[in-house]
Amino acid sequence: MEDTRTAPPVLTARAAGLIGCTQCGRVQEPGAERCVRCQSLLRSRDEASLQKVWAWLFAGLVVYVPANVYPMLRTSSLGKTSDSTILGGVVDLIHHGSIGIALIVFFASIMIPVGKFLAIGYLALSIRRQVSLSDHRRHVLYEVVEFVGRWSMIDVFVVAILATLVQLDFAASIKPGIAAVSFALSVAFTMISAQSFDPRLIWDASEGDPA
Amino acid sequence: MMQDAQQPPKLTDLPDLAQLIACPQCDALHFDADVPTGETARCIRCHAVIEAPRQLAMTRIIMLAAAALILMIAAIFFPFLELHAAGRIQRSSLLDTVMAFSTGMTAPLTLAMAALIVVLPIIRFTSLIYVMAPMAFGWQPARHAESAFRMAEALRPWAMAEVFIVGVAVALVKVAGLAHLAIGPAFWAFVALVIVTVLKDNFMSRVTVWKTLEQRRPS
Ligand SMILES: [Zn+2]
Ligand SMILES: [Zn+2]
Repeated sequence: MEDTRTAPPVLTARAAGLIGCTQCGRVQEPGAERCVRCQSLLRSRDEASLQKVWAWLFAGLVVYVPANVYPMLRTSSLGKTSDSTILGGVVDLIHHGSIGIALIVFFASIMIPVGKFLAIGYLALSIRRQVSLSDHRRHVLYEVVEFVGRWSMIDVFVVAILATLVQLDFAASIKPGIAAVSFALSVAFTMISAQSFDPRLIWDASEGDPA
Repeated sequence: MMQDAQQPPKLTDLPDLAQLIACPQCDALHFDADVPTGETARCIRCHAVIEAPRQLAMTRIIMLAAAALILMIAAIFFPFLELHAAGRIQRSSLLDTVMAFSTGMTAPLTLAMAALIVVLPIIRFTSLIYVMAPMAFGWQPARHAESAFRMAEALRPWAMAEVFIVGVAVALVKVAGLAHLAIGPAFWAFVALVIVTVLKDNFMSRVTVWKTLEQRRPS
């Protein structure tokens, strides 16, 4: 990786008094509202970007709490009903001996969401504060967060599939719990939070001209 | 772009704006040279891929998107998984899975599931075909092709077919102790769909598509 080397003297569209389109890269005159090539809305920098990031991140965090406390699955078998939370489902899988699958669920439902909260929070903070991670590393972190976010939805899909497969006329039945809703919301909110983040801000900060 | 981009533009002598390109990720300016087919142009600062034109990319995207649409239709109507227990068979299709949340407090999830697994991917495939087909034949872009492509790109993170497939795998293991499970034809259709989707997205270079649209649009 070349990121240890100090970056070459790069001229940004903003520093040149121009606006670059984040969709298609077309450079345009300042004051242009829509891109001449792709008609996207243009913003040199999205000033409200960080506020949006924080708002959605906070919303995602709030609904993530009930997602972990309330049952994800409600299994009825021979008159007995048992609830299992996200973490409980992972533990069940380990008892089952399915370590690999347990790891997938653990990663998708616990590690990725928690890691995402931390990473997005860190990136948003790093815009205003000096941090140790280089611009390039933070950009990579941003790309990872963007890529990985949707995979958290796995557990919601698992619940839906289980609920259709295992119906009452069998010895057992499985019903989705309310945590499935709040978990799905949490994933969606953090995805929106990550999408609201303007990665150009990462690079601006080091140019010594904070927006 | 990569070739002459080693020297970034200078503020003192900026060329015509159409000869410049700003990195969509970090805003760094580059000279917008034509990228030869098969090569990849990356940003000099953040190394993000800016352009990656590929041989027959448009045609391949159309074919893959069309294949994805057909597979999706198959996946909806054929049984997805079969559960054998106590002499009964429970078949479930993609639609059943979507409807799993349709009762009680989880009802709103039904809509979300239908959107994530079926509706959004279908909209995305259709709009890609709509945008790319005239380009592959060398025609003018269709009406509102720009809006259609913008929508297709915005939907990309929300079309979760491949995430759903991993969910199926996890569910299979969870039920394995409970009953005998068989995989229906729709499951394989869906697996194929995921592979096709990943392939298609690899052929797609957003900036290249935008440039082609611009060149073909008579002004
Ligand atoms: Zn544009
Ligand atoms: Zn860049």
